Amino acid sequence: MNGLRGHRLNVAVGIILLFMPFWMGAIGGYTELASRILVMGLAAMSLNFLLGFTGVLSFGHAAYFGLGAYGAAMAIKYLGAGTMPAIALGMLVATLAAMVIGALIVRRRGVYFAMVTIAFGQVFYFLAFRWNSVTGGDDGLTGWHRAPIDFGVATLDIFGSDKAFYYFALVIFGVCVAAMALLLSSPFGRTLIAIRENERRARFLGVPIEFHIWLSFVVSCLFVSVAGALYALLNNFTDPRALRFDLSGNLVIMAVLGGMRSFWGPLIGAAIFVALQDFVSSRTENWMSVIGLVFVLVVRFFPRGVLGMLRNAAKA
Amino acid sequence: MSLLQVEGASKRFGSLVAIDDVSMTVGPGELRAIIGPNGAGKTTFFNLVSGLVAPTSGAILFEGRDVTALAPEKRVALGMARTFQITEVFPELSVADNIRVAVEIAAGYRLTPWLGGAGRAGVDAKVSELLRVGGLADKGGVRVGALSHGDQRAAEIMMSLALRPRLLMLDEPTAGMGDQETYEIARLVRRLHRRAGLTIMLIEHDMRVVFNLADRIMVLAEGRVLAEGTPQEISESDKVQAAYLGKAAA
Repeated sequence: MNGLRGHRLNVAVGIILLFMPFWMGAIGGYTELASRILVMGLAAMSLNFLLGFTGVLSFGHAAYFGLGAYGAAMAIKYLGAGTMPAIALGMLVATLAAMVIGALIVRRRGVYFAMVTIAFGQVFYFLAFRWNSVTGGDDGLTGWHRAPIDFGVATLDIFGSDKAFYYFALVIFGVCVAAMALLLSSPFGRTLIAIRENERRARFLGVPIEFHIWLSFVVSCLFVSVAGALYALLNNFTDPRALRFDLSGNLVIMAVLGGMRSFWGPLIGAAIFVALQDFVSSRTENWMSVIGLVFVLVVRFFPRGVLGMLRNAAKA
Repeated sequence: MSLLQVEGASKRFGSLVAIDDVSMTVGPGELRAIIGPNGAGKTTFFNLVSGLVAPTSGAILFEGRDVTALAPEKRVALGMARTFQITEVFPELSVADNIRVAVEIAAGYRLTPWLGGAGRAGVDAKVSELLRVGGLADKGGVRVGALSHGDQRAAEIMMSLALRPRLLMLDEPTAGMGDQETYEIARLVRRLHRRAGLTIMLIEHDMRVVFNLADRIMVLAEGRVLAEGTPQEISESDKVQAAYLGKAAA
């Protein structure tokens, strides 16, 4: 949207992500942490498609993240599916759920919408929690792991090599993010931003608001489910916490922390969140209070998030 | 055949009767002004016609078709566009992007996930044309929220015009404006009516604007039609003098 500067930022983010496994070690991180940032970044950016670019707050996105995670994990465990089919199945399950639930809730607005997204989200949490024989219940779904991907001419060993998995995840991240960027700069994307800016005006330009919010919700859930599937693959494990509403809340925090009005903001928010979580939780159990403090300070002093602050600094 | 036909429309909010059995027609190419004291029900009448609120009873026909039960966005698709008393725009978007949204919707691109080549060039050309007509050619890149009141209103009118409406409804287009801005907006409305042959229905408080522009005037008072006629008939009507102009002067 803002031409050259936006383009430069894209290139900068691309370069940083391309070399993340290498510079991560130098600052005390490790490759798996880099992968986690990527995956949570994708989840937060997907949520932000709805939150930042359609102006609709969902507190239930963990449900679709978790459905992607369980869908992929169960496809591998029970069906012996390969990595890509497993991700596709996770996406399919989550997207179908989002289409049905989205249609039920799309007439609600504001806090009411947020409340029903929590309510529906918790349904899936309790399902995963209670249905021991299939989901592994509270202990999570174990006894499976991601498999190397066979391309015919070569095999990508995403199981044996952390770096191989990171780059595998980066390619999927890139495809998802490019698709979202393309959609947001399209006529369809402009109707979503129009709804965010002024719902009444958008309606009186002829936009059927509910249908467009529903589409935005489904697209957002589709991409968050890809993140969920990658998260299960990353951990070779998934448990009901991947579906629980506190994860939904964390995704919102990441988006707001990084800056929900900017495309890359949620990725930066996710990086701060995940890195802080990793660093602080090795020192104290109360890591969430540190994140809470950071969140309060950012919202208080930089209401446009970390990226918004950096943008302003660059302009000044 | 009339373009817009309202038949015995009433709207009650609880015990308050905001619109009481109003019937009227607007012919194609007409510029109709609606005047009346504050609280006469002018904006409520607009809301009934545009579909923002449903009438308690009565019917609204557009080009002979009953639209009483249609959602606002469907009425827009049939060719009914409106602006609001308090300007409704997309404040964080540029003037050009505000108009672009409307142009793309009118061109049937509202669900298009990617637009390139000829489609995009067509939209660009239409946006520049509307910017020029609205006197906003040099402000295309400016955030609408940063514009003056008058320019925001011009942008809103251009967005409605981008929809290529058959009926344009303007709710107090010059409200809260100074003389110069009022003049600019009145000139714009006149151009749209005279040159483009657009049918326009407007609510207006500024009598200079009303008597300069309108072909016919409908006077509302306490939700009822007090009088209807040409500007001359209205200005000579004792009823209107007493109930409206007299009151305003007092």
